[in-house]
Amino acid sequence: MTQISGSPLDENSYVLETRALRAYYRMKYFGIDREVRAVDGISMHVRKNEIYGIAGESSCGKTTFIKAIAAAIRPPLEIVAGHVNYNFINNDLYALPSKERSAIRWRHLSYILQGSMNVLNPVRRIHKTFEDFAFRHMHMGRSEFEQEVKRHLERLRLPAEILRAYPHELSGGMRQRVCIALATLCKPEFIIADEPTTALDVVVQKDVLAMIRETQSEFGSSMIFVTHDLAVHANITDRLGIMYAGRLVEEGRTADVFSNPMHPYTAHLIASLPRIGDIHPRNALTGSPPSLADPPKGCRFHPRCPLAMEICRHENPALTTLAEDHRVACFAASATVQPTSDEKPQHPEALETVR
Amino acid sequence: MIAVFRDLFRYNGEFAIGFMIMMVILGVAATSFFSPYAPIDSYLVAMDAPPSAEYVFGTNSRGQDIFWQLTFALRNTLAFGFIVALISRILSLAIGLISGYAGGAVDRVLMSVNDTFIVIPLFPLLVLLYFVLRDDMTWFVLALVMAGLGWAYDARLIRSVMISLRTREFTNTSVFSGMSMPRIVTQEHLPYVLPIVFSTFMNNMNWSIGLEVTLAVLGFTDVDTPTIGGMIFWANQHSAMVSGIWWWYFFPTLFVTLTFIGLFLLSISMNEYIDPRSRLDRMGNS
Amino acid sequence: MTGPLLQLEGVSKTYRRGGLFGREEFRAVDNVSFRIEDNEPQVFTVIGESGSGKTTLARMILNMVRPTAGTIFFKGQDLASMRGARARRIFMKDVQPIFQNPFEAFNPLKRVDRYLLMTAKNFTPARSSAQLEAAADRALKKVGLSIGEVRGRFPHELSGGQLQRVAIARALIPGPSMIVADEPVSMVDASLRMSIVNLFRTLRDDLKVSIIYITHDLATAYYVSDRIIIMRKGEVVESGSARVVLENPQHSYSQLLKSAVLSPDPHGRGVLTGDSAASQQARASPHPQIDNLEPQVR
Repeated sequence: MTQISGSPLDENSYVLETRALRAYYRMKYFGIDREVRAVDGISMHVRKNEIYGIAGESSCGKTTFIKAIAAAIRPPLEIVAGHVNYNFINNDLYALPSKERSAIRWRHLSYILQGSMNVLNPVRRIHKTFEDFAFRHMHMGRSEFEQEVKRHLERLRLPAEILRAYPHELSGGMRQRVCIALATLCKPEFIIADEPTTALDVVVQKDVLAMIRETQSEFGSSMIFVTHDLAVHANITDRLGIMYAGRLVEEGRTADVFSNPMHPYTAHLIASLPRIGDIHPRNALTGSPPSLADPPKGCRFHPRCPLAMEICRHENPALTTLAEDHRVACFAASATVQPTSDEKPQHPEALETVR
Repeated sequence: MIAVFRDLFRYNGEFAIGFMIMMVILGVAATSFFSPYAPIDSYLVAMDAPPSAEYVFGTNSRGQDIFWQLTFALRNTLAFGFIVALISRILSLAIGLISGYAGGAVDRVLMSVNDTFIVIPLFPLLVLLYFVLRDDMTWFVLALVMAGLGWAYDARLIRSVMISLRTREFTNTSVFSGMSMPRIVTQEHLPYVLPIVFSTFMNNMNWSIGLEVTLAVLGFTDVDTPTIGGMIFWANQHSAMVSGIWWWYFFPTLFVTLTFIGLFLLSISMNEYIDPRSRLDRMGNS
Repeated sequence: MTGPLLQLEGVSKTYRRGGLFGREEFRAVDNVSFRIEDNEPQVFTVIGESGSGKTTLARMILNMVRPTAGTIFFKGQDLASMRGARARRIFMKDVQPIFQNPFEAFNPLKRVDRYLLMTAKNFTPARSSAQLEAAADRALKKVGLSIGEVRGRFPHELSGGQLQRVAIARALIPGPSMIVADEPVSMVDASLRMSIVNLFRTLRDDLKVSIIYITHDLATAYYVSDRIIIMRKGEVVESGSARVVLENPQHSYSQLLKSAVLSPDPHGRGVLTGDSAASQQARASPHPQIDNLEPQVR
């Protein structure tokens, strides 16, 4: 399979690349079989030293997607098809033996999660948690390791005293900062941030975002940043992918997506954002997000789409490059914009029709 | 209900095995009604006969057919466990609900009583009661005493579930829908509590049967009512192991072990079934 | 009857945190006063971060929690003087809540229409099942749903936005004059958020319902509110007309809040810096106080 994006960058500059990734939940309970197609054919890549944002509503599959790229697949979730390639392993993540797969974690690939309490052990002091997570990956002596942790905290402008604290003694914002420090200690090439600021108050949120941004640019890591809050994406991400019902519907440079949203769903999301100083009435989308156990045929957005055409009911639009570094999966958008000429407009795996 | 049962049987291995074991046990216990001998009569058949076509499980040194003895023993032991579990469930449900719902001083008083019962050393207490009551310590009195001692732990569990239910948002929705508190408790909260009651029922039966067997083996119970423990007690009295009458131990032990396993399997399969998450997943598709 | 619909006079709520060694008092709400007039329905917004006491305030207005000091009058009646199930029912007919998490607002094991019918039965003259359904349907129509869409449905079969609208419909059935909405959109997806907020406008304008909108989100507050108060650690730091306050906040905390709102216009990288006053402060103190204690209310 050749390169799937229209980007002129060479393949080596990708840190992560997924190809037609499908991850389904397959459940069997007391005779009821169910298949939830939470990630259904996502092809994307994350470049070196960038923050790639993923936006989408609850149950659009964004959490499943990051589980898939983080090799955190447990039944009933299964990888059904597709590839997850990282440049630091030069290979498909799921082709690795599971032992090597877990060795990647933390050293090359780390996470910042929403609930810091899930990461920080409530009955251990912070420095113990640092040891638990990172010591064996750092390959150094204990005192050397402690020095390194202190240096790291200093670099992130966190006081060294927090190492002696228990998680509950810290405020939510401080705990989240500790998690960021923990995730970046081994200077991983890739960081997955899953709603890292959603539970925080607005004032704290801004500072934590700033810290994430600074840390990321200092270490040159690449990052996937998942949140449903578009205002956060506007402020932190370089490129943005919009997910809807298990698929990527639009992807581009954040500024382009905001200034020129091409998918009607994206356009709606951006138009409905309230702004202080503007009381212009905002319209809401009608209908509800589809169930991933029984998604609509064709374009999954068509039942709610103001631009829906006949073809949308039957065929699934492929993610097509419609402007520089800007891909959209919409028949209506493709009809009004000519795909940029020197590229193949579609990649084959996205053309598979939905059952 | 029947559909639930059918699905459990079909798709839950633990349930199927546990259910079949318990059916066998109950079947054996039920045959006691057709026994040719009265349970306490002795020296009716040849003594110390090993298992054979005539005496399937053999006979003992008191001239009793072990198979028919066992049917009575199983029936009594199961009935004992059932009565203890039933009474103690009623107690823990009532006390847990009242404590969790009323809160405040009522809660504090009930829970201090509750905690006292949790920390009481049961075994010495039961032995002491046996020495005090002696002949009055019948099978039924023992069941009542054990029920009175066996509710505390689960009452605390039910109370904590009630407290968390009371702070759930839907309780407030129910209040503002004009429902009265007793109604909210019975209609909104009980569906969360009853599965706990059912699942702890099996555990409690196991606990009480185990304790009864222990007491009986040591002779601290009414040995004239045949129970599994009572059978082992008599086997001990006649030094059956020394005389090589292994079947006198073997069959009671086998059947009580099967009972434990059967109840345990039923209890864990119920647990899986009543786990709210899997319950919701199933509801989503039915 | 004229006069204020709702009037708070010096309302405070103190929780005691008891430890083995000494007790600590925690003021969740500290001396809050405001009034909402009866003759002009409005969206009255309470803004605050976690630990600001806004949820405690909402629970006191809903008469679920008694203030430790001060008085709350609803239509001239002191809530503390309300005794008995009957008086409570009359109050609930007039004041209804909407809660934060739509997935938690209904018992997951029960059908959602049950709550609609129950509310209709307890607060309206409807008696027959056809009348009850009609009452529920009328309320559902106001939020853009119909009884056919919710009849026999369990909460997990509906989306968060649908559930929140059902919750609003339920609150509307008794014909209340005031709705207290505690963070009603914080758990609702972005594409549906505005439909809920727009609904508040409609309720105010068409049904003359006053809404107490409790939120931490300044942008929707600006979009929908008539008046706001901004709370910090139980105290009101600023109040007034929503547009005036949010466009030109006077109190330093209000200014800080406004400055922290992320603008949805992309700036590219580098705009976020960690040098704001708040972040300096946060980094200076390694053990920030446990400032988000919101005690569970019995």
